[in-house]
Amino acid sequence: MNKKYMVSFIAVFGLFLIAWAGVSIGLQWVFGVIIPYLAVLVFATGFVRRVLGWSRSAVPFAIPTTGGQAKSFPWIRHARFDCPDSRFDLWVRMALEILTFRSLFRNTRMKLSGGKLSYQLEIFLWVGALAFHYAFLTVILRHTRFFTEPVPWCVQLLENVDSFFRLEIIYPQFQFGLPAVYLSGIVLLAAVVYLALRRIVIPSVRYISLASDFFPLLLIFGIAFTGIMMRYVTKIDINAAKQLTMGLVTFHPTVPAGIGAIFYIHLFFVSVLLAYFPYSKLMHLAGVFLSPTRNMLASTRSYRHVNPWNYPVKVHTYEEYEEEFREKMVEAGLPVDKPLEASAEAAEKE
Amino acid sequence: MADKLLKPKELIDRIGYQPPQTDWMDTPIDIRKGMYCYASNPKSVANLGFPNARPWNPTEPDWKLPENWQQIIHDGFKERLERFRSFKVFMDICVRCGACADKCHYFIGTGDPKNMPVLRAELLRSVYRNDFTRMGKLLGKANGARPLTLDVLKEWWYYLFQCSECRRCSLFCPYGIDTAEITMMGRELLNLVGLNIDWIATPVSNCYMNGNHLGIQPHAFKDMLDFFVDDIEERTGVRVKPEYMKKGADILFITPSGDVFADPGTYTAMGYLMLFHYLKEKYGLEVTWSTYASEGGNFGFFTSHETMKRLNAKMYAEAKRLGVKWILGGECGHMWRVINQYMDTMNGPADFLDVPVNPITGTRFEQARSTKMVHIVEFTADLIRNRKLDLTPARNDYLKVTYHDSCNPSRGMGFFDEPRYVIQNVCNHFYDMPASTIREQTFCCGSGAGLNAGENMELRMSGGMPRANAVKHVRDAHGVNMLACICAIDRAALPALMDYWLPGVQVAGTHELVANALNLPGQNDRATNLRGDDLEELKAQAEGETDE
Repeated sequence: MNKKYMVSFIAVFGLFLIAWAGVSIGLQWVFGVIIPYLAVLVFATGFVRRVLGWSRSAVPFAIPTTGGQAKSFPWIRHARFDCPDSRFDLWVRMALEILTFRSLFRNTRMKLSGGKLSYQLEIFLWVGALAFHYAFLTVILRHTRFFTEPVPWCVQLLENVDSFFRLEIIYPQFQFGLPAVYLSGIVLLAAVVYLALRRIVIPSVRYISLASDFFPLLLIFGIAFTGIMMRYVTKIDINAAKQLTMGLVTFHPTVPAGIGAIFYIHLFFVSVLLAYFPYSKLMHLAGVFLSPTRNMLASTRSYRHVNPWNYPVKVHTYEEYEEEFREKMVEAGLPVDKPLEASAEAAEKE
Repeated sequence: MADKLLKPKELIDRIGYQPPQTDWMDTPIDIRKGMYCYASNPKSVANLGFPNARPWNPTEPDWKLPENWQQIIHDGFKERLERFRSFKVFMDICVRCGACADKCHYFIGTGDPKNMPVLRAELLRSVYRNDFTRMGKLLGKANGARPLTLDVLKEWWYYLFQCSECRRCSLFCPYGIDTAEITMMGRELLNLVGLNIDWIATPVSNCYMNGNHLGIQPHAFKDMLDFFVDDIEERTGVRVKPEYMKKGADILFITPSGDVFADPGTYTAMGYLMLFHYLKEKYGLEVTWSTYASEGGNFGFFTSHETMKRLNAKMYAEAKRLGVKWILGGECGHMWRVINQYMDTMNGPADFLDVPVNPITGTRFEQARSTKMVHIVEFTADLIRNRKLDLTPARNDYLKVTYHDSCNPSRGMGFFDEPRYVIQNVCNHFYDMPASTIREQTFCCGSGAGLNAGENMELRMSGGMPRANAVKHVRDAHGVNMLACICAIDRAALPALMDYWLPGVQVAGTHELVANALNLPGQNDRATNLRGDDLEELKAQAEGETDE
């Protein structure tokens, strides 16, 4: 049994118990209003502070990782987006990096067998990561339905695209309906499970994983799981829930009665994730934009990058060098700046 | 040392990728002979004005650190977080996805989990979390934080000198986290308390005082080039005449001193001399060498940014003193990362030089218009493209050539097609290694970033294993017998690597191959190559091997 994921599991389970117990003793205001507000506050200030902290650090050198042929002669094909020479190329490189996880797409798996190394395309991590991030994004965008009134058409459109299964039988005598199944929720849950499993199953990944790698995964699992439960199984009063969320965004918080405990648990998980975010590795969301090996032009020989803290250093000058070796240089027939006699005279005068 | 080195098969069989049972933080280091480089000579350390010059031995428990070493490292860490956004961002955003894990040649070759780039960085990151983050202070080990103890410091030293700063991992990282950057910072911190290795510190000291890593004094440098002049005359019938520190020459040429010192780099140096002679005779181009700026490489790069700048300053200073139009640089790996990504920022702007134009072809080297320094391989590529060289590639027909992309020109410069163009124009048989082992995905020689010592042979042979494995692939498939490169460390490191893994495969700088094909005015019948081997015999031998 691995301590690291057990610690995280216990932490998330503890959070679940806290929210559950809190709501059962009537702390709806705390879990529905106060904690969410605090969480957003912590998230916003923490996020901004972290990004400002990074941006306050200097970028002394242009150190892009060149991932392809640099701009050279006109007759050599330039890998524009892997070795960007212009702002446009750079924008494309960054867009590919951020939107398609291009570097991760290069991933290979090394295998050593019979003394021979081979490298196979390893696409699963890329697929899993892409599925996870896009599903999460879709889920978040869908949730803007709870913070807008009327719900914008684009959110409704997204819901329609996202829902792949809808079954409704409506007769006057008999009504049966399943709400549309949102693909994003299922994909998110599946991707989280995959990402957590690979941390447990692949020995090298298990070895490098910290408790702080399992914690966000389990927390997000909790969020997705409670969300899905609310939608398909232990249904809650959706109108009351929306009343609460609308109250939050309009700064007229209300806590309508009759929203199930599971809603508060869901909301508490989300709050914890928000508050945890700026102080964790989840900040890679912002950091990827600031990574100097990716967001800098590779035209370092044609444009000078300026180091804000460049300072003079001690160097061994040619004069000092010649002073030490003049005789030997002259003897070997190497040119010198000061001829031997002149330097000897100068030495005498001193 | 060498007698104790495992046989290649033993080395491969020993590699296991199963991590140990104990957590990495709880697994103590074992500073193993063959894997580390000797501590630096205190004289070299003092010479450079670096702190804590004293004799010490990594295998002894007491490393003779200054009393307040923890404070020094903490303050140095803080300073670097402010000075380098790269460092700060890379400390914060790793998600430990593991994509980098099996990309490192040292991990592939040793199986040591702390050679996974992610864990190498975690060695520092764990201390960063402890010292500089709220979460780390709050949650401690559960959040992957740990205080900097002497054992942790030793771990830093051991593993940061098992990284060749090749940046292969950074190519695969979804956030571009560059272990080279982290290793550079870590080595800077270690230097603050006097923990360096002699294979780096002494060359740096030599370079600082004498102009080159090997400490060759000016008259001796000329002597060595004179040897090449004699050898060239013996093999081609032509006496070349190199210029030294000639004021008003067109071009200043700077190359790693390794090429004037040891085979097979010496043949590359002979290649340069022949090319310059040809260009002077045919087109009147004047190229000058300098004994003051007689080092293209920069082991300061493996020490600290400041040291890198101190050594690099000589290039522009000498070009200015001599009044040349621009600078031409020889074949070297890390040298070109320094020139491409650091030199102009550190010691520029070089406004006293011209935008490089090749007067023979009229080509303006737009790609180098700010640094004013041209790579000799692109220079030669341009000459070939414009048909300015008289070449007989058939003299290289006994060779089946593959090309090793050096890490730094690859992932720090994007220099891939120029060398291939040159090689394919001077050799008739060229075969690239598999795609996942060349170009931007190239593997290190295993000895980069100052790790090319004699005492860490096991590390070098392990780290070079992926490269050797790829060469083996083309040797078995196409009969490749020559590994070409454009790096002086490669020329020093790869022969040993080939002897160990693939005896019979030779190593050459690209300009050795160029010079073998180049026809000099007034030359003899060129019956031998630059190494003095008879071409007819080599050809017969090569054909014999193919028939087998």
